[in-house]
Amino acid sequence: METTAYKTDMEFFVDMQRCIGCRACEMACAECETNGHESMIHVNYVERSTTIQTTVQVCMHCDDPVCAKVCPADAISKDDFGVVHSANTSRCIGCSNCVMACPFGVPKKQEQYDLMMKCNMCYDRTSAGKKPMCATVCPSQALYYGTREEIARMRPNSTPVNTFIFGQLTVTTKVNIMMPKGSTHLKVH
Amino acid sequence: MRHRFPIDKKAFLAAAVATLLCVAFSFYGSRKLQNFDPALIAYLFGTLFALAGAVYRYAVWLQRPPTWLYFKRTWQFVFNGSLLAHLWLLTKESVRNLAFQAFIYPRSRLRWFAHFMLASGCLAAFAITIPLTLGWIHFTLDPASAADPAAIKIYNAHFFGFTVMNFELGSTLAFLIFHALTWCSWLVIIGCLIFLIKRLTNAGLIATQTFEGDLLPLILLIIISVTGLGLNFSYAFLKGFAYDFMAVTHAISVILFLVWIPFGKFFHIIQRPAQIGVHVYLKEGEKKGMAICPHTHQPFTTQLHVDDLKTVTKELGFDFTLEDGSSHLDYSPEGKRSLLAKAHLAARCESGTYFG
Repeated sequence: METTAYKTDMEFFVDMQRCIGCRACEMACAECETNGHESMIHVNYVERSTTIQTTVQVCMHCDDPVCAKVCPADAISKDDFGVVHSANTSRCIGCSNCVMACPFGVPKKQEQYDLMMKCNMCYDRTSAGKKPMCATVCPSQALYYGTREEIARMRPNSTPVNTFIFGQLTVTTKVNIMMPKGSTHLKVH
Repeated sequence: MRHRFPIDKKAFLAAAVATLLCVAFSFYGSRKLQNFDPALIAYLFGTLFALAGAVYRYAVWLQRPPTWLYFKRTWQFVFNGSLLAHLWLLTKESVRNLAFQAFIYPRSRLRWFAHFMLASGCLAAFAITIPLTLGWIHFTLDPASAADPAAIKIYNAHFFGFTVMNFELGSTLAFLIFHALTWCSWLVIIGCLIFLIKRLTNAGLIATQTFEGDLLPLILLIIISVTGLGLNFSYAFLKGFAYDFMAVTHAISVILFLVWIPFGKFFHIIQRPAQIGVHVYLKEGEKKGMAICPHTHQPFTTQLHVDDLKTVTKELGFDFTLEDGSSHLDYSPEGKRSLLAKAHLAARCESGTYFG
């Protein structure tokens, strides 16, 4: 983490509406060296009985990460680039506080390891100036990693949004989701 | 006036009490310093500092809302007697997860083997050196056998001044006991080398590790073990050559290690038993019922956990309460992801086009 070629002009843009549920990202995610070859990305049907809609979820890397705050073992940290890292393996006590408190449902409890693991935006790749695995394979560009100029050119009718409202709580994140042009936030509840 | 590094009064008090207790135990345990080995004075101060630091950090750590909640719940289970029902679980988990660190095994056999070597070596060394340093254990030559030139010399081991065992000098047992730290050193060296190779070659670890957080602890343990072995090697094979150098480097590295326990990676040794507390918490919560996600209609964790998290998140400044009085935390992780996707779809629908 000391020497890095992390590109600060590159950002993550997610458009769940474009997810076709192909799970290519899941396969690619398992190639990430920092996960110990476990897939961390989530692809799931939204309401299997009534719609074919699928959704894809990477860690949103919150500005004020709830997961880190509710961790009783100080195992989760956010670095200078705003990347919220997976649990420190020596500290994590497998309590699942982060799993249950994350407003986006991101951290995964790996029961067999008694350890929480989560997306760290492929830190082995992004810290070397490369794109996260999932974004390199997504065929419908539901997951896109690049500059703001690139996404503005590709999606002229959308606006990247990183503010989410959950009832009383407003959460801002490092990762953006693509919303209709002019949107400022996404109200979940 | 606000201090830049404010001292936590409660933690300071806890650290002071623990340190004074340890000094008192050492004073009386060594029979008013009769059995205290003055050669170990530097180690004694290192140990006392480590104790004070570890208790201080532990007390500060406990005061964090999520940690305090688990701590409080564990004591509630103790006092309402429900912990008794989990005695078997506690014992099993302590052996499995603390003594054998079995939870590491599924991640990789080699990783577990390395950690087991490292942990066993360190814990055994603690069990030997800390009581020696504090004067709780000492050895004497049995006076009767010492006086008789023809007799086999007998060594007595004392704990808190009470004789606990005897063994013959020159016996296999004596060899094993006198070299106990040598065996520990080899275990630590084997474990550290495997980890060091892993950390220098695994791309994922290289990307996320830090020198002071991950590599330095291994290097320090190797220095401690190698200089410790060097002491033995020097007097056994080199007629004491470079003994002073080894003794000084060993002392410096050990004291650095002791002083660092409360602040660095080694603190996880002290934190780890909390894992068992969490297992009891989840088991106890199951008795009171599971939380059902309003979206997936499936149980996902205990209701106790969800309710406790609502309290803790509020305390931390995150209020997930919704307009209808329910909470975003009532939803499972999958439910939360689906809600986000539904809200996103609704926003797109409202804009008149699905894509943009």
